[in-house]
Amino acid sequence: MSRFPEALGLAFAAALIAAPVAAGTLGLGRPALPEEIEAWNIDVRPDGLGLPEGSGSVEVGEEIFTEKCAMCHGDFGEGAGRWPQLAGGAGTLTGARPVKTIGSYWPYLSTVYDYVRRAMPFGDAQSLSADDTYALVAYLLYLNDLVEDDFTLSKENFAEVEMPNAGGFVADDRAAEPFAKPHEVCMTGCKASVAITARAAVLDVTPEGGAPAGAETEDGPAAAAPEPDAKAEPAVATDPAPAAAPAEAAFDAALAAAGETLFKKCKACHKIEEGGKNGAGPALHGVFGRAIGHADGFRYSKAFEKLAEDGGVWDAAALDAFLASPKDFAKGTKMSFAGLKSAEERAAMIEYLKSASQ
Amino acid sequence: MSEARSTRRGFLAGGAIAAGGALVGGAARAAGDPAIMEAQPWARHLGDGVDARPYGHPSAFEKDVVRRDVPWLTADAQSSVNFTPLHELDGIITPNGLCFERHHGGIAEVDPAQYRLMIHGLVETPLVFTLADLKRFPRVNRVHFLECAANSGMEWRGAQLNGCQFTHGMIHNVMYTGVRLSDLLAEAGVKTAGKWLLAEGGDASGMTRSIPMEKALDDCLVAFKMNGEALRPEQGYPVRLVVPGWEGNMWIKWLRRLEVGDAPWEQREETSKYTDLLPNGKARRFTWEMDAKSVITSPSPQAPILHGKGPTVLTGIAWSGRGAIPRVDVTIDGGMNWVEARLDGPSFEKSIHRFYHEFDWDGRPLLLQSRAHDSTGYVQPTKDELRKVRGTNSIYHNNGIQTWAVNENGEAENVEIS
Ligand code: HEC
Ligand code: HEC
Repeated sequence: MSRFPEALGLAFAAALIAAPVAAGTLGLGRPALPEEIEAWNIDVRPDGLGLPEGSGSVEVGEEIFTEKCAMCHGDFGEGAGRWPQLAGGAGTLTGARPVKTIGSYWPYLSTVYDYVRRAMPFGDAQSLSADDTYALVAYLLYLNDLVEDDFTLSKENFAEVEMPNAGGFVADDRAAEPFAKPHEVCMTGCKASVAITARAAVLDVTPEGGAPAGAETEDGPAAAAPEPDAKAEPAVATDPAPAAAPAEAAFDAALAAAGETLFKKCKACHKIEEGGKNGAGPALHGVFGRAIGHADGFRYSKAFEKLAEDGGVWDAAALDAFLASPKDFAKGTKMSFAGLKSAEERAAMIEYLKSASQ
Repeated sequence: MSEARSTRRGFLAGGAIAAGGALVGGAARAAGDPAIMEAQPWARHLGDGVDARPYGHPSAFEKDVVRRDVPWLTADAQSSVNFTPLHELDGIITPNGLCFERHHGGIAEVDPAQYRLMIHGLVETPLVFTLADLKRFPRVNRVHFLECAANSGMEWRGAQLNGCQFTHGMIHNVMYTGVRLSDLLAEAGVKTAGKWLLAEGGDASGMTRSIPMEKALDDCLVAFKMNGEALRPEQGYPVRLVVPGWEGNMWIKWLRRLEVGDAPWEQREETSKYTDLLPNGKARRFTWEMDAKSVITSPSPQAPILHGKGPTVLTGIAWSGRGAIPRVDVTIDGGMNWVEARLDGPSFEKSIHRFYHEFDWDGRPLLLQSRAHDSTGYVQPTKDELRKVRGTNSIYHNNGIQTWAVNENGEAENVEIS
């Protein structure tokens, strides 16, 4: 059959006379349009194939990075909390704790461009323009001490940048490892004695759970038996989700609109629309007046589980304190966000959260 | 959050109960076993009717048999991993709902009606396929393991995690139904300069990997079913790439694009990640094949011996990215003496194999190990042999022999031995 839509009407006749498809093919699928290929083909190769026209400076890159990336990767690419570190680590590859970053490890600059454009900011992928991406890559080079602060990266000078670890990679030579060749193995009397040299229990990093199935069924059906040591996990059973949401009061639309603009700082981690899912942070629709730490299905930090247990509610005062400094409000929170320093900004944000809770 | 999570303390207590429990187990008592003497509710009252469970679930008694994660590993759940509960499984097939998950941008919920697969680059005719188009190519069924290259990666520096779910659970073994990648490529007509293929996912991480054309044409599949039913969303619904024997990251989920080129693309996942750092500061790259490996799944830290002395079944799994597994050796004395385990169940290339070793436990402490041999003659090395060459920073491709120490109570622990 033909791949061309205009020929569809002829398909029946064509089938009878065996359409001229290439040997061994079935004639399935349809030709991809050039604009369709362009829409999806965003990969960039080390030889520059795929780089779009454009340019961006370290200066502009810093602005974008501060707005869209620093909350996770840190102002200097040092990585907030456990989010990936993007800069530093030079000279650590042979040490006990290698720090693999763009500067210390990545062999090709094209990979930075390709990856940032395809996957970042996390949660809002493929939203950056070609110029913004050049600027961010320039800034990442700057953070890694590879260019000066007046540097501008463009399609034209892209190939001139040398990555420090470009020569750091070798082919897979596992087959040459001493133990890799087929060999006979000892089956009896292979050693005189054996001693335990290390134990996982010493570290105690195994997550709880996954208890042996038989352990609880031994003296009765597990489903009916009380959970062994149910107290070890914070009690969700006592769920105090307040039925009466306070502050049904109308909200200030202008102030809320200002808050909505500010919400771009939060968007990478939070969804706020009705029915929005949890992301890196809990869904925030209806958070105003909601019990602390009660977004369905979100796995909160221990710090938040504690707050939830204590039965706190997100009213204006609590939100103000939290947003001013998340880490002070909840020591150990996993919200890697420095806070909103200005009281006006916080007021606007709270108004917006309120508006999204009506 | 807290449902079904029992604790390590609970587990140890359970172990202690078990040791006592072994005495009463199935033994007849003077008054007769209540499990027999008393009518059980299920033997008397009617259960749910046929439509109560239109899509069946495991018994409520199996509620703890779930994938679990290691919260301290990653910053968030969207770019994270959880682990297959290997200690609870038997045979060679992993049930769909228990196949471990590794996402880089969360689970993409792709509408099959909007699904498209594009092939372009160095081809005669760039093409777009719908899901229905793909299903019109000749189908094949293949059983293969998918192992993350970082499986056991937390164990390079020493024994860390107590449970084969955590040490070895980044693997699953599934029967795929799909079409040959070579058939799709032939349809577009690969030009002679086309030596590499870039596969891309449609998720929020836009996952990409370069695959050499030789492999693409050899045994790769574009799959839409797992174990007979549609792929699960977390496994790439509606379409994923199957790259038999090679590291799991290459098995692009939510597959949307295949580009043919003349050189690798050097994507983030083949430079920043999935490269194996050696002690001299150089890193191996394109370490695609998964080496032969095995692990004893029971007894193991999450599956202690609860029945006391006497007949005991030791079981585990073995696999190799280079072929089949003709032989597995096991030791219960820490490697002083070994025996060949009994392999049972189907043997497929690049698939999990199941082994057993039945023995009479005398109640003394055990040091359990298994050692896989693959059909190329490769023998699974010890962790120390690996470290001697590779150091402890390579993260990926740790296929060293695992040791479990079992104490007098039957409790097992992850250890390393001399
Ligand atoms: C919400 C948190 C978040 C934000 C905001 C964010 N990132 Fe990321 N970034 C991540 C995570 C998570 C990963 C690792 C993803 C994975 O597992 O594949 C990552 C990975 C990266 C990497 C690769 C790191 C490596 O070593 O492989 C680069 C480069 C990067 N991000 C750049 C950026 C840039 C530039 C921005 C801003 C435009 C940004 N990120 C915004 C969370 C974030
Ligand atoms: C880097 C990701 C990230 C950014 C950026 C971020 N948050 Fe969060 N947020 C989180 C996480 C994670 C939590 C859960 C905290 C915990 O478990 O410790 C959270 C919790 C919250 C909560 C409590 C919700 C509940 O269910 O109890 C509120 C309110 C909140 N964030 C508001 C904001 C606002 C407003 C912004 C922007 C000004 C913001 N967050 C920016 C990640 C983030």
